[in-house]
Amino acid sequence: MRDAETEAATRSARRAWLLSAPALALLFFAASGPLLIVLVYSFLAPGTYGNVVWEFSWDGWVSILYTRDIFDGTLKLADAHLTIFWRSVKLSLMTTLITFAVGFPTAWFIATRPPQQRAMWLFLITIPFWTNLLIRTFAINEVIRNEGLMNTVLIKLGLIARPIQLVYTDTAVLIGMTYVYLPLMVLPLFAAIDRFDMRLLEAAHDLYASRMAILRRVILPIVKPGIIAGSILVFVPSLGAYVTPRVLGGGKNMMIGNFIELQFGQGRNWPLGAAISMTLLVIVMGALLVYVRVANRGSNPHG
Amino acid sequence: MAERSFSASYLPGFATVAIVAFVLLYLPIATLVTFSFNAGKSVAVWEGFSLHWYGDAWKNQAIKDATVRSLVIASFAAAIATTLATMAALATTRRKAFKGQTFIYVVINQPLMVPEIVTAVALLIFFAQIKVATGYQGLGYLIVAHSAFCIPFAYLPIRARLEGMDLTLETAAADLYATPWQTFRRVTLPLMAPGIAAGAMLSFVISLDDVVITEFVKSGGQDTLPTYMLGQMRRAITPEVNAISTALLALTVVLLTAFFLLTRKRT
Repeated sequence: MRDAETEAATRSARRAWLLSAPALALLFFAASGPLLIVLVYSFLAPGTYGNVVWEFSWDGWVSILYTRDIFDGTLKLADAHLTIFWRSVKLSLMTTLITFAVGFPTAWFIATRPPQQRAMWLFLITIPFWTNLLIRTFAINEVIRNEGLMNTVLIKLGLIARPIQLVYTDTAVLIGMTYVYLPLMVLPLFAAIDRFDMRLLEAAHDLYASRMAILRRVILPIVKPGIIAGSILVFVPSLGAYVTPRVLGGGKNMMIGNFIELQFGQGRNWPLGAAISMTLLVIVMGALLVYVRVANRGSNPHG
Repeated sequence: MAERSFSASYLPGFATVAIVAFVLLYLPIATLVTFSFNAGKSVAVWEGFSLHWYGDAWKNQAIKDATVRSLVIASFAAAIATTLATMAALATTRRKAFKGQTFIYVVINQPLMVPEIVTAVALLIFFAQIKVATGYQGLGYLIVAHSAFCIPFAYLPIRARLEGMDLTLETAAADLYATPWQTFRRVTLPLMAPGIAAGAMLSFVISLDDVVITEFVKSGGQDTLPTYMLGQMRRAITPEVNAISTALLALTVVLLTAFFLLTRKRT
């Protein structure tokens, strides 16, 4: 009896693997496998016209932080690279903070609507989420660029004499990313708040907790998994953003994503590009790992 | 009585922020849509209603080719991703946890976790080698790449559907002497159909919208609508691009509405 059961389980597991095999094979061919190639490329020497020369070299990794002086071969800290890294981290953190500041009240608002209305508000937040990122970036560009809606209206109203230059600045990239990633913050926050028993608030109030105390001691701890999920969902794509900084930041306000592309294009330093890609991947995986750990610990908020 | 009027869920200022957020979320999109119907070239000053940017876009051969290419790739990608995801979802639900199940989850969801630019670069290197080795330059690379990153988007709704499914129906069918294939064909498949349709639609939208991976994988002259639009950004934006955006937006909204109707919980 026991044997028959084990055998059935083994057969079932084998069938599961067989059924999953085509998906796994395609993903290995066109997603995971190529990542290994990037790892290998980061340890090779750059070719003169792009691509690589098949000899081992640390140069790709070294040149993330340092540039080699072409005359005496000494290493100097690569200021330009550090600026790009710093800009990416700074803008991604600020995007996360602003989307939270705006997203939390929005998610709260949606979660406290009557049930029939809630579906409508959720749908309204989901449409921009699924709308082509490029289209949304175009849309925000139409509003903030020099001849755009915002400047035209402000000039017509006589508030400003000449257009405010926003496009091709870090601020424009920040506005763009906040706009584009806001739904990614609102959705997990909503999910967390939605599960929240509003009677707890009344209980806290009855026990003479102030509004601040209710927010800090009752709401935040319970909503924490949603906050972390939202922050990760916004921070991770912000850090690797390519389209938004390219369209709104122009050539001078690159982020890591554009810098990677540059190395595979005009920069012709594939090993450096590969090394930065791996660095970005490691940072993102680290963030996700932290998320999984915290989320698992926080999965039972009442326990 | 005063205590009763306390509404705990009301927090001062939250509704205002929320409404402002919704307005700001839709204002740029509304602007884009509105000015795609503008008679003049400006994207800020209204010069009267006209459809001529749509006409221009329609007559533009590059846009036509890009549209066809986008639709062909998205159809293939959605079909392949949905088929493979359906099989994987059947394998990973409705049975006891087995060794390696977590591994399957991780691999399937990998495209959601790895930054797109990194996948794009990886595929650029990999496919460049294959292009040299085989000489093949066609749309196949784009179809394969799109199918791969669409798999998790197809997998998630199908799996959700399967997890909510009542296993007793299949047991009942088996008890009534249905063969496993008959059970699958007549019971399981019809029950999971809305999930499959939802997965296919999401994959289609995701493929249609992709910019970064397409930009890196495509060979010369293989622009899709989004990469064509990105290319146009280097020059001045024309209302023609607004017109394409609006058309693409309309298509997305239609597909998403269908998706929501399909996945809506039965009341």
